[in-house]
Amino acid sequence: MRHLMSPMDFTTAELDALFDLAADIEKQPQVYAHKCDGKILATCFYEPSTRTRLSFESAMLSLGGNVLGFSDAGSSSAAKGESVSDTIRTVACFSDICAMRHPKEGAPMVAASHADIPVINAGDGGHQHPTQTLTDLLTIRSLKGRLNNFTIGLCGDLKFGRTVHSLIEALVRYDNIKFVFISPEELRVPDYITEMLNEKSIPYEEHISLEDTIANLDLLYMTRVQRERFFNEEDYVRLKDFYILDKKKMSLAKEDMLVLHPLPRVNEISVEVDEDKRAVYFKQVQYGKYVRMALILTLLELA
Amino acid sequence: MLNVGQIEEGFVLDHIQAGKSLAIYHLLQLDKLDYTVAIIKNARSNKHGKKDILKIECDITKVNLDVLALIDKNITVNVIKNGEIIDKKELSLPKEIKNIIQCKNPRCITSIEQGLPHIFVLSDEKKEIYRCKYCEEKYNERAQQFMRW
Ligand SMILES: [Zn+2]
Repeated sequence: MRHLMSPMDFTTAELDALFDLAADIEKQPQVYAHKCDGKILATCFYEPSTRTRLSFESAMLSLGGNVLGFSDAGSSSAAKGESVSDTIRTVACFSDICAMRHPKEGAPMVAASHADIPVINAGDGGHQHPTQTLTDLLTIRSLKGRLNNFTIGLCGDLKFGRTVHSLIEALVRYDNIKFVFISPEELRVPDYITEMLNEKSIPYEEHISLEDTIANLDLLYMTRVQRERFFNEEDYVRLKDFYILDKKKMSLAKEDMLVLHPLPRVNEISVEVDEDKRAVYFKQVQYGKYVRMALILTLLELA
Repeated sequence: MLNVGQIEEGFVLDHIQAGKSLAIYHLLQLDKLDYTVAIIKNARSNKHGKKDILKIECDITKVNLDVLALIDKNITVNVIKNGEIIDKKELSLPKEIKNIIQCKNPRCITSIEQGLPHIFVLSDEKKEIYRCKYCEEKYNERAQQFMRW
């Protein structure tokens, strides 16, 4: 039995199979509408994340399965002090597969080691959020037709943004990727990332200005600057508007550059960009559902 | 040099950094075992000026020496049988260490989950980097926190 803890749990060959399946689900969803009849997905969310939970639930429902679960720790047994390992043993009696989100890093791994059902890490603190990375990869693969040979710009909070770190680690396994990191000095990509890129001789640039470099990009991955990452309000206010992607900046970009964003956005992408065909962050949400469907099928060995 | 009794069967940890023998005594949990142990502090050493030595009279397999490499690879292990050194063991970094170092990451599940062992995995042998199995927090300062006991 397999679990999904980190996007690196799958080899690139296994990812290819997963993405092929997701692409087929997109093409002919009716074929998959009853694949999970009689199966139950438990969504154990110890902290609220409505989008991720709905994506999992919608994925399971579209496969013909059912869902149950809780959506914040306050309403769950965790509020009474039950351990993750006890909770998962109970949940495993009621369901066939579990998606777990937890504010503590490594909690889904504890669950996986005590469960006799597959566990999917649906986000554990600042650590991993593998289904977001799978979503990003599937979006790029589906809309660009490939996962190699491009220049990707990552913009915003590159220091704390775990989706960015996971995406970088996942992309370095593909050929001929160039990274352009665009961030304020305070939110630069951590050393362990640049050290890893240096070690593997993977090209990257670091920039402060988005305008100066947007013309070179095949993909632009925008991220949110989160209030909770800052010790004082002043720094947050100063940095949150540092990069706002608007029509003017988009006019400098390539005709086929794609804009991705893990959502929710605050104001780092102006709504006027939404109608630009290069803005694919809502399509990304759709791919997030397809990739979770493919993942559920794969882990339940129903693929 | 002071010679605290030859041991017949057991092992000698030599070239311990001066002053650290007691910490190692605790780390190897010798306080909980019923073996004869000689702790020699500040012995003269040609290499380092001063050193500590531990002589332990028990079968070497009874004590888990894996953690020693974590603290100081310069420690030498001499296995004694019938009063003679019959083997010198090389210290190598253990692949996994359980309940020796604690994860210090306040966001780690180990900080709240009861009864969960603290496990660190050797993630980079060359750089001697250990990471928490759960949160992947790095731990590579040679167990300094123990040495403060
Ligand atoms: Zn940890």
